[in-house]
Amino acid sequence: MASNSRKEKIVVTNLHKYFDKNEVLKGVDAVITEGEVVCVIGPSGSGKSTFLRCLNKLEDVTSGKIVIDDYDITDKKTNINKVRENIGMVFQQFNLFPNMTVKKNIMMAPVELKKMTKEEAEKKALQLLERVGLGEKAAAYPGELSGGQQQRVAIARALAMNPDIMLFDEPTSALDPEMVGEVLDVMKELAAEGMTMVVVTHEMGFAREVADRVLFMADGGIVEEGTPEEIFDNPQNERTQDFLKKVL
Amino acid sequence: MDFSRVFSEAMPLLLNGLKMTVIASLVSILIGMVIGLFICLMKMSKNIVLRAIAGVYIWIIRGTPMLVQALIVFFGIPQLIQLAVPDFRSNAITAGIITLSINAGAYLAEIYRGGIMAVPKGQSEAARSLGLSQSKTMIKVVLPQAFKFSVPSLVNQFIITIKDTSILTVIGMAEVVNVAQQYVGSTFVYFETYSIVALMYLAIISILMVISNFIEKKLKYEEKKSGK
Repeated sequence: MASNSRKEKIVVTNLHKYFDKNEVLKGVDAVITEGEVVCVIGPSGSGKSTFLRCLNKLEDVTSGKIVIDDYDITDKKTNINKVRENIGMVFQQFNLFPNMTVKKNIMMAPVELKKMTKEEAEKKALQLLERVGLGEKAAAYPGELSGGQQQRVAIARALAMNPDIMLFDEPTSALDPEMVGEVLDVMKELAAEGMTMVVVTHEMGFAREVADRVLFMADGGIVEEGTPEEIFDNPQNERTQDFLKKVL
Repeated sequence: MDFSRVFSEAMPLLLNGLKMTVIASLVSILIGMVIGLFICLMKMSKNIVLRAIAGVYIWIIRGTPMLVQALIVFFGIPQLIQLAVPDFRSNAITAGIITLSINAGAYLAEIYRGGIMAVPKGQSEAARSLGLSQSKTMIKVVLPQAFKFSVPSLVNQFIITIKDTSILTVIGMAEVVNVAQQYVGSTFVYFETYSIVALMYLAIISILMVISNFIEKKLKYEEKKSGK
């Protein structure tokens, strides 16, 4: 337990990750507390997506420790599938299952993992679709939807397992500009409801508005972190200044 | 031309042979599909021993003619078994189906593997991120999509298996070519008899192609709806 009142949800200690001989993460430390919205920004190749993907072990960790809700996921004995049930993930490329309807996409995990009966999962799916503004699309196939709609379904799918952490890996980077807003709106609502969120993003406006804290990553490490005001209005590190000059 | 003679004399025989061809093909394809799935999963497994076994299996089956395999299964292996069980007799149908099945299995394993590799990695990542185990991810998410990618190659393999049954005439399995050979052996009406046999194959494979076109069209429609 941390000394502050909020519970620590994610504790990352000295995280290293190699792809072959290439060191992508060079000792990352981070603590994310319950209900916090953390945006990770930085140039491409800085390791921010890899960092995010380590948090639910989609990438194996080379060394270091990641503790989620008191479960050490870097410990081989931890049942990673159980931990993942509480961590929703949204991908840049949506990754909806193309051979299932929107409703089936959302129902699949809760039913397969026996979290809900079929009836409960169906009810939940329709509820979630309503919530992301796609109530009428339950019977559609992913291919019939626009990118923005697909990403909203992907968020609904991740929420179906009732996770208490949501990871977003550049959720709007593959979208046409006019669809970015609808996805960010859903994410803002989630943030307002107190979801713990880690968001890798290029949407500086979103980070500034929604994040409690911004991590700036470069060259495999967290170079600077702080509130959006600190990072965007008064960056201390030269690389942060340089990056923001280019993107803002 | 003596087609009418062949029709009246040999048709019941040939149809019996054709029945054997169809049954042997169907059974072998079904068994081969199961063998192929196991070999494919072994070949994609992280376990090096399983991978090696699958690799050797595919290597041997693809690297030797089916004719020779049939001879080994029907004549060779029974000889070995007889050392232990002197009364053992091999049976042409069983040997034929075994040969066809292990053969189809090797090729189907590679077809499945191609299909599995064609499923984007993001699909299994999405399933794993929801908490599905590796095997559930395979069964629920990857294999159904892989199957769709594999349909054209699967149909091709079915056609090959049906035609390959004719090779089994060398071990005396009473499929359509074998009964035709027996008939012409005493009547010498080669052209007519073998033409009828060829047409019989053509008919069966045409039926298969119609079915497969139908399936492909159906899947394509779904694909269109689901955008790839």
